Amino acid sequence: MNARTLVSNLLQKKEVSVSVILAITILFFFSIQQKFLSNANVDVLLKISPELGIPALGVTMLMIAGEFDLSVGSVFGLAPMFAAVMMEMGINPWVSILLTLMVCCLIGITHGVITVKASIPSFITTLGGMLIWRGVSLAVTGGLPKYFYMPPEFMNLVVHRVTTFVYMQELWFFAITIIFFIILERHKFGNWMASTGGKKEAARAMGINTSMVKIVCFMLSSLAAGFGGIIQSTRLSQAMPNQGDGLEFDAIAAAVIGGTSLFGGSGTVIGTVIGEYLSRIIENGLIIIRAPSYYFRLYIGVVIILAVIANLYIQRKAMRVRG
Amino acid sequence: MPENTPIVRMLNIHKWFGKVYALRGVDFTVNSGEVVGLVGDNGAGKSTLMKILAGIYPPDEGKIFFEGKEVAFSSPKDAMKLGIETIHQDIALVSLMSIARNIFMGRELEKQVGFGKLLDLERMREESVKALSDIGLLVTNPDTIVENLSGGERQGVAIARAMYFKTKLLILDEPTNNLSVKESSRVLQFIRELREQGISSVFITHNLHHVYPVADKIVVLSHGKNMGLFKKEETSIEHIEEMITAA
Repeated sequence: MNARTLVSNLLQKKEVSVSVILAITILFFFSIQQKFLSNANVDVLLKISPELGIPALGVTMLMIAGEFDLSVGSVFGLAPMFAAVMMEMGINPWVSILLTLMVCCLIGITHGVITVKASIPSFITTLGGMLIWRGVSLAVTGGLPKYFYMPPEFMNLVVHRVTTFVYMQELWFFAITIIFFIILERHKFGNWMASTGGKKEAARAMGINTSMVKIVCFMLSSLAAGFGGIIQSTRLSQAMPNQGDGLEFDAIAAAVIGGTSLFGGSGTVIGTVIGEYLSRIIENGLIIIRAPSYYFRLYIGVVIILAVIANLYIQRKAMRVRG
Repeated sequence: MPENTPIVRMLNIHKWFGKVYALRGVDFTVNSGEVVGLVGDNGAGKSTLMKILAGIYPPDEGKIFFEGKEVAFSSPKDAMKLGIETIHQDIALVSLMSIARNIFMGRELEKQVGFGKLLDLERMREESVKALSDIGLLVTNPDTIVENLSGGERQGVAIARAMYFKTKLLILDEPTNNLSVKESSRVLQFIRELREQGISSVFITHNLHHVYPVADKIVVLSHGKNMGLFKKEETSIEHIEEMITAA
């Protein structure tokens, strides 16, 4: 194999081509403003990204199984709020967190069961979920934030700074990535997910319980969203009712930038991790180079579309070189 | 098993879909080692009859005997356990997945790793290559995505999968649909090879010219009724065509 085909084979991998875009983006911001790669800025990026990336991992799993979840932002807000209310009632913080995570699973299962049994698009089920769970957070708190003081042992476990550039959040992010990767690529459940999302009828004809597969993925999505919200609230020591607003679209964007198909059946969690860092870096880089703040969303929208096009372009180009 | 023992007998099968009376008391028999052509116009009930045999729908009335014993299927898995495998029209394979992952879809090979079981990808690859070469399809890379295969090769993968899992009866729903002439003849060759290995098959089609050369007998369905069973040597394409269009 010569060097040219080796590079071409590598670039056809979604993870590799999006990494190339990531490197170009970093170089671009760095060339404009050297402070972009200062210790302080890199530190912030590494600290903030995981709590928003964990929900994107859950969304990726669900998208591979062929469904959407628009409710992750609301579940991201509801979970810490639910835990905060329980702790206010005097329930032990650890128990509160455990119960909260179980409630998140139940929320996901509910989305899944409704989608599968009523056979309506998950876009609708979770759009409803998005409004309902946000509504619950607002109704319970009257729109006011709540304190979220966790015991030091819990903080050490979730948001502790291990050493330079290494936070517990990152370790959780990578651990969940590895677990999801193993499920997806090395476990039979991953084969069921890909076949359910790729062609449900084919999977069903081979005796795969596609409803069960989807419901489990809905559960993973809500669980990941709730856990991300708990990390953020632990870091900020407060639970805000509007926490995670718009996160559902960020999560889908990260997955799609990373190469996950909007039509199901194909995707990678490692691509989502890179996609997540890419969208955080774009956001952060625009701040660092002092892009006018009112233009912010506009820029991000344009850049996300460009990133996806560039990613596809690199992959197609690589395929042509090989052909 | 002696020659001509029925492997499958379906008796007086009825099926309604709401107000549509799809099957109106159909009898259907396949003897062991036989290739049966199931023909009829669109909407005649061919696929419905076979979906009942594959365990996808239960019949509303009627009995199914497999190797002489009465059976009832609550899911495709039940039928597959007995050795009834189906290659459905256009939905046999997941095109975004690799050949190996398709062949073992729902019946993955596993190995013990630490506390749990993970996929035995290496064996899945090896066995896939073996299964494909058994039907004369040479594939060097079992990681090839099915989307990149030709239509004939895809049918080959689906047939190889059925053979690998020791099928006794293979149901092929329109296996030559959307295939080129060359690819169709390849699929017909696969079916002849099945018969040589003693595997019965049902070949559903509306293309008489494909089924006639390979079938031992031909069953004509029309408007949910069995219009007759024809031994190949006692009939002709023209005669069967008349049967299909007469009703």
